[in-house]
Amino acid sequence: MSAHPNHGVTEVSHTADLALRITAESLEQLFIKAAEGMYSLAGVKTDQSILSARQLIVSGIDPESLLVAFLSELLYLLEEEKIAFHYINLGISADSITCSITGSPVSQLQKSIKAVTFHNLKIQTTAEGYETTLVFDV
Amino acid sequence: MFTFKDLTEIRPDEWVISPSYRSDMRLPVHIFASRKMLEQVLVDRSLEQAVNASTLPGLVGNVIVMPDVHQGYGFPIGGVAASLYPTGMISPGAIGYDINCGVRLLASTIKAELVSAYLGDLATAMNHFCPSGVGSEGLVRISSSDLEQVLRHGSRWALKKGYASEADLMRTEESGCIDGALPEKVSDHAKKRGLTQLGSLGSGNHFIEIDVVDEIFNPDAAAVMGLQFGCLVIQIHCGSRGLGHQICTDYVQQLQGAPRRYHYTLPDRELVCAPMDSTEGQAYLGAMRAAANFAFANRQMLAWSARRAFEEVFTGKVKNWQLHQVYDLAHNIGKIETHIIEGKELKVCVHRKGATRAFGPNTPGVPPEYAMIGQPVIIPGSMGTASWVLTGTNASMQKSFGSCCHGAGRLMSRAQAKRSVRGEVLIRELEQQGIHIKAGSLPGLAEETPAAYKDVDEVIKVVCDTGLAHKTARLKPLVVIKG
Repeated sequence: MSAHPNHGVTEVSHTADLALRITAESLEQLFIKAAEGMYSLAGVKTDQSILSARQLIVSGIDPESLLVAFLSELLYLLEEEKIAFHYINLGISADSITCSITGSPVSQLQKSIKAVTFHNLKIQTTAEGYETTLVFDV
Repeated sequence: MFTFKDLTEIRPDEWVISPSYRSDMRLPVHIFASRKMLEQVLVDRSLEQAVNASTLPGLVGNVIVMPDVHQGYGFPIGGVAASLYPTGMISPGAIGYDINCGVRLLASTIKAELVSAYLGDLATAMNHFCPSGVGSEGLVRISSSDLEQVLRHGSRWALKKGYASEADLMRTEESGCIDGALPEKVSDHAKKRGLTQLGSLGSGNHFIEIDVVDEIFNPDAAAVMGLQFGCLVIQIHCGSRGLGHQICTDYVQQLQGAPRRYHYTLPDRELVCAPMDSTEGQAYLGAMRAAANFAFANRQMLAWSARRAFEEVFTGKVKNWQLHQVYDLAHNIGKIETHIIEGKELKVCVHRKGATRAFGPNTPGVPPEYAMIGQPVIIPGSMGTASWVLTGTNASMQKSFGSCCHGAGRLMSRAQAKRSVRGEVLIRELEQQGIHIKAGSLPGLAEETPAAYKDVDEVIKVVCDTGLAHKTARLKPLVVIKG
């Protein structure tokens, strides 16, 4: 299936924090685009001459909590280990995500994101796939 | 979207949203704001978020909204709510990710007009001694056992290590340590982040500012606080850094199943909560207190660094460069306090998210030296505008669970702020006003342009006219350090 022309990530106005509207043709793609959007908000640049591979498992009670848990783990690795991931392969089940991720050391980080929030979070199915809006505390 | 038709003005600058507004509201929302400020508030989703907060189970009294309110996530910034202790709920999202974000005020007897030639050097020294910026690491590397002590004892750890004085602790909310912290309820992720960040400012809206006492409104209160007209003071605004962010993240996630377990529904998942006397509630309360203690110690370390900067710049140039602490207080926190609510004395957990404690005279918890005047309340303005020192009142005890506003309050989104001014231009404008700026990021600086915030003087007028606080002094900025 070819990508829908409107699928992607757009910033949504918020008085104090940052918000992204994300659309994708599959749930896996939605998660990956959300990660890319979060890195973009943080102004991440990496040194891709060095690669680092990881396996991650996160758990949750539904797709929304899995999305927040997944992004929060990436945020932790960004802040604490200064690594951002550009290759993400996900397997999503009802209550967990298993992922293989490959990333590189961060060479530039412009903005600190404090957290990924659950504020009004709902992953919705649409005729073209999935969409959600995520609010980040900055 | 709310309109004025949904609000009832009960007194000048005091408004109420009745529980009949929406069927899931459990109690009224009480707003402190002028009509002009409300017009700004009605533009975003602040009041919808306050109404959502009023649906939390176990709340008592009213949900309080301060004049600096703005849209947040889940609970509005500038909101206060109290839940009955110990059976009522505690909600991590109603306290926020930056647990015990707060402000410390240090004062000197250095006349600003006599040292204006050294302010550039002071800005450089302050920037050198106080680590700031995105991902900034702290002043000292601490061991895991030190971190356990910081989480349990807060500023008392700093005192033991020589970074604080007894006088500093006496003039800190809770004397810089909230009892009942449970470091064992703090995740390894959070602890790892805390190990490297103690004594760092961070970024965003956090800052260190050197001000001059520009006007004194209450000479008696100012004398008790040691504030002298024309003298330098320092404000330090920051919180619990990545450690606090991680603790809130962990518990908002862990409590996602709580509505099913405790049989309640919420309009927003960010507000998830657990009874304080449940295992989950106790765990969060213990971890949140640990983060609060980390934040007290963090600001204490930065105060120690600020003193080093003053010593380096002013030794041999002024007779007394010492900085004494006026007060240090939290504006994102949950505290167990006793309040009179609908005629009954009740023990409650007061959730303050973007709201400052403002206890009146002779209230337990106020340092003895401030018992007669009420607790000092420090309200930073936006960058380049005035900040205020107030005192808490008996009216705040009756109307707002002893709480007041916490700042100017944002008006513009960050993208809008960046479109309105470039960082370089803003630096030039502020320097033309005689303000020295050190900023880690120019786009980050532009996001904090004064135009992005409400007029802090109007916010102060509302809290003083409604009796929540009294004016003591106004501060004017001279040096701003932004992460």
